[in-house]
Amino acid sequence: MNENAESLFDTDSRHSWNIQRFLSYHCKQSSAVLIHSILISIIQRFTPEILRKGIHGDTMTENGCEYRERVLTMDTMNPNVKRVEYAVRGPIVQRAVQIERELKMGIKKPFTEVIRANIGDCHAMGQKPITFFRQVLALCSYPDLLEDGKFPEDAKSRARRILQACGGGSLGAYSTSQGIEMIRQDIARYIERRDGGITCDPDNIYLSTGASDAIVTMLKLLVSGEGMSRTGVMISIPQYPLYSATLAELGAVQISYYLDEDNCWSLDISELRRALQEAKKHCSPRALCIINPGNPTGQVQSRQCIEGVIRFAAAEKLFLMADEVYQDNVYADGCKFHSFKKVLFEMGLEYSEKVELASFHSTSKCYMGECGFRGGYMEVVNLDPEVKVQLTKLVSVRLCPPVPGQALLDVVVNPPQPDEPSYDTFIKERTDTLATLAEKANMTQEILNQVPGIKCNPVQGAMYTFPRIHLPPKAILEAKEKEQTPDMFYCMKLLEETGICLVPGSGFGQRDGTYHFRMTILPPKEKLKIVLAKIKEFHQHFMAQYS
Amino acid sequence: VKGPSVEKCGQMRFITAEAKASAGRLEGKLREKTLTLDTLNPQVKAVEYAVRGPIVIKAGEIERYLEEGGTKPFSEVIKANIGDAHAMGQKPITFLRQVVALCTFPELMDSPSFPEDAKRRARRILQGCGGHSLGSYSASPGVECIRKDIAAYIEQRDEGVPSDWENVYLTTGASDGIMTILRLLVSGKDSSRTGVMIPIPQYPLYSAAISEMDAVQVNYYLDEDNCWALDINELHRSYQAAKQHCQPRVICIINPGNPTGQVQSKKCIEEVLHFAYEENLFVMSDEVYQDNVYAPDCQFHSFKKVLYEMGPEYFNSVELVSFHSTSKGYTGECGFRGGYMEVINMDPEVKAQMVKLLSVRLCPPLAGQAAMDVIVNPPQPEEHTFKQFHQEKSSVLGALAEKAKLTEKILNAVPGIKCNPVQGAMYAFPRIFIPPKAVEEAKALGMQPDMLYCLRLLEETGICVVPGSGFGQKDGTYHFRMTILPSIEKLKVLLGKVRDFHIGFLKEYSGLE
Repeated sequence: MNENAESLFDTDSRHSWNIQRFLSYHCKQSSAVLIHSILISIIQRFTPEILRKGIHGDTMTENGCEYRERVLTMDTMNPNVKRVEYAVRGPIVQRAVQIERELKMGIKKPFTEVIRANIGDCHAMGQKPITFFRQVLALCSYPDLLEDGKFPEDAKSRARRILQACGGGSLGAYSTSQGIEMIRQDIARYIERRDGGITCDPDNIYLSTGASDAIVTMLKLLVSGEGMSRTGVMISIPQYPLYSATLAELGAVQISYYLDEDNCWSLDISELRRALQEAKKHCSPRALCIINPGNPTGQVQSRQCIEGVIRFAAAEKLFLMADEVYQDNVYADGCKFHSFKKVLFEMGLEYSEKVELASFHSTSKCYMGECGFRGGYMEVVNLDPEVKVQLTKLVSVRLCPPVPGQALLDVVVNPPQPDEPSYDTFIKERTDTLATLAEKANMTQEILNQVPGIKCNPVQGAMYTFPRIHLPPKAILEAKEKEQTPDMFYCMKLLEETGICLVPGSGFGQRDGTYHFRMTILPPKEKLKIVLAKIKEFHQHFMAQYS
Repeated sequence: VKGPSVEKCGQMRFITAEAKASAGRLEGKLREKTLTLDTLNPQVKAVEYAVRGPIVIKAGEIERYLEEGGTKPFSEVIKANIGDAHAMGQKPITFLRQVVALCTFPELMDSPSFPEDAKRRARRILQGCGGHSLGSYSASPGVECIRKDIAAYIEQRDEGVPSDWENVYLTTGASDGIMTILRLLVSGKDSSRTGVMIPIPQYPLYSAAISEMDAVQVNYYLDEDNCWALDINELHRSYQAAKQHCQPRVICIINPGNPTGQVQSKKCIEEVLHFAYEENLFVMSDEVYQDNVYAPDCQFHSFKKVLYEMGPEYFNSVELVSFHSTSKGYTGECGFRGGYMEVINMDPEVKAQMVKLLSVRLCPPLAGQAAMDVIVNPPQPEEHTFKQFHQEKSSVLGALAEKAKLTEKILNAVPGIKCNPVQGAMYAFPRIFIPPKAVEEAKALGMQPDMLYCLRLLEETGICVVPGSGFGQKDGTYHFRMTILPSIEKLKVLLGKVRDFHIGFLKEYSGLE
């Protein structure tokens, strides 16, 4: 066992060891076990949590018995797992959880609550669910409610329709692995409406457990080869760390292309070309991932840029993966969401029959913010039919995506229509949520840009700001001494002093020597103002301290 | 009335997936696709999952054909291929659905038609959710109060054996947990590559995951002549044989058995744990059918409890993960994808790695977590809803027990079918005699004999069962897996049809001599 871990669990190990030693000296084994369990349950009840932990774990080397090595240790574990990093829920978030516990225990802090601006978790930040969606889901979960007069007819008719498509009329039945067929048809029609009539085949839709699940699945299909021919996947830097984490786990080669911070984080085709040429020397680049609107960078791609990307992918025979989960989150004037699918098809047969594309969507973002339901889908275009058979087989091993998430997705793509009773409320709720987000996007950018040493691009879309922070050399030195990246050092300090939990830019990738953090714009307006003011104050103080 | 000939069955199967595929190959060449069968991740190619394999795809096609007005010698397809209780007409437990509905639409808290017990639970769950909404992400290991409820439930189930809630991780169905643990365990190259011991017959999630991760599958055979019991000598044999070419590091146990329905005795579990202890194996115990025990002389023993009772040298050292799910038991809530695993003696550093790995997928679905919470924290005798809950639960389990018996009895009355008692779980896995002529014909068609049998059964009766070859079986033996889930009336009809089909099949292929 590693030394740190040993010392960490020292107290409890010894604690348990004493009991066992006592027992093995004084009792017959069978009654020893009995007494041991009694003792343990007594200890369980009367010792603090920290002592409890080790009793039935972590005691191996000191349990008075012969040494037995663990099967699964850091040395024997899948080495790819070790390489996985996922900053959005990384060390800083773990520390935030600890601080929350400390606050609960009554430990004094310079703040009263932890504000989690690390993750795009809308409802946790007080955003209200869309009433209509939840009504339909409640009806599906407990169909007795279909007799309840309080539920509007349009919600009931949708719930009935969904249940009819479920095995045994129940959300509790498995669906087909690709997702409920009727819901796939609804999604296809939704995509057609969104894309101005470009056809969408329901057979190309795969429902998923959140968009993450589908992204991982597609990457899994794409990874092959050894050495020079190992699959390389191009991802933006900064990126959403699901991509880097998955590539690490699959043992694929990450090819970084840098977004242009000085140009509103826009994507530059010549940078794509540079990254690709370089990568070709040591791997086989086969896929290009785009996040639009950008996470964590918030830019919204222009149509022209998307065309450039598609041309590039076609020329270089790259599989395109378009992460479009923020497609409804566009705030900036003059910006508009263009789906890759639509642009691809408008570029003519030469492209639309050739370029392989998977695009991803989710119930977690946009105005829904229903993260917990883990609903999502992907549309595949031009996927080789043989590969599609393989894809269907692969997803079937996991049986099916959660059916409540599928039901939710169905309502998202099939919302109340103008002639239906729930329409007005629905539109009002949706508009309010999106308008508030737009306002917060603006406000965040404005306030942060007033702080000397912080520079923030406009939040054109998505749910985050990714400002650049200037860190004094002295702070960088101190971070190095602590073996932290400088922006981790900064964010940790911010957390300890203000209770605000952000994610350091290093978790998303950034140009060497630049530092950022990602923060969500999701807290309610009043709270967001306070958060931003606190950051401002902290930053000024930080600068003063280290200059 | 006779269905299409076997040749036609075979052809039709090829028409679906294969023909589509060969057309694609042509197109693929023309378009020079990036992702083709040649460039696809080879491990993905190696994956097989019979429970939703070709026979199920075929069943789907027939269903569509019937819907479109086509005619067959039957009016509906009966999917006895998968343990999908609600699809087979089992009703959800009212209380569970009430709690989920309340959590989903909290305005219902004001509704007098919902019982206070359900409201209390829903409030408690929502309090554990960010922003009091099922729509927020939970911590990656799951909602804290639900983990605590699960730990308390395990302690109660195991008669006081302590369970630490921080060892409990919610999952997206049990499958997700099983995959996660296997992903941690697979490493090494060539003869040091991780070997995973799995029972044969097995639930094909295991073989599929092993293929996908490119680990080495190490088969140990269950003893069909002895009610599919696990024989410790067979474990030794299999382990020793595997050691020649890989490093066996894990043993997977499914108890009660899927597809084999046996319930392990306490003695047998002790032997397995001792074996794991001696050979330094990580133990994965799939206990999703723990509430599904029907045989009066059988009882479910959790690996955790047995390990604990074996004394400190065992329970302080053997690494064990056990899995549970909302999909089976008496709830049958497959669609919610709820489940959990409890890890014991896992290296703390590895645990941190696991949490990191789980966090990439953010969290298991909250509705599934809520359903899990109700299962581990059901109405208590002093609560108003207890009576109805208890009645619903007993009626589901009672019917399953009856169907388990009925299935075994009827199948065993058919000449050429031999079925072990369905002691637990949800399936019968009878051995079927397939005449040499039929075996030959299958070989000529390039398919497994039991695949041919099941395809014919499907074409002629509309009954969809899974060939034994999808689960693994001793060479030269043939089986199928069928669920015992259809309603008693339907099950009787179904078994009658299987009997008639089997007799006809035997006649056809013996008479041809």
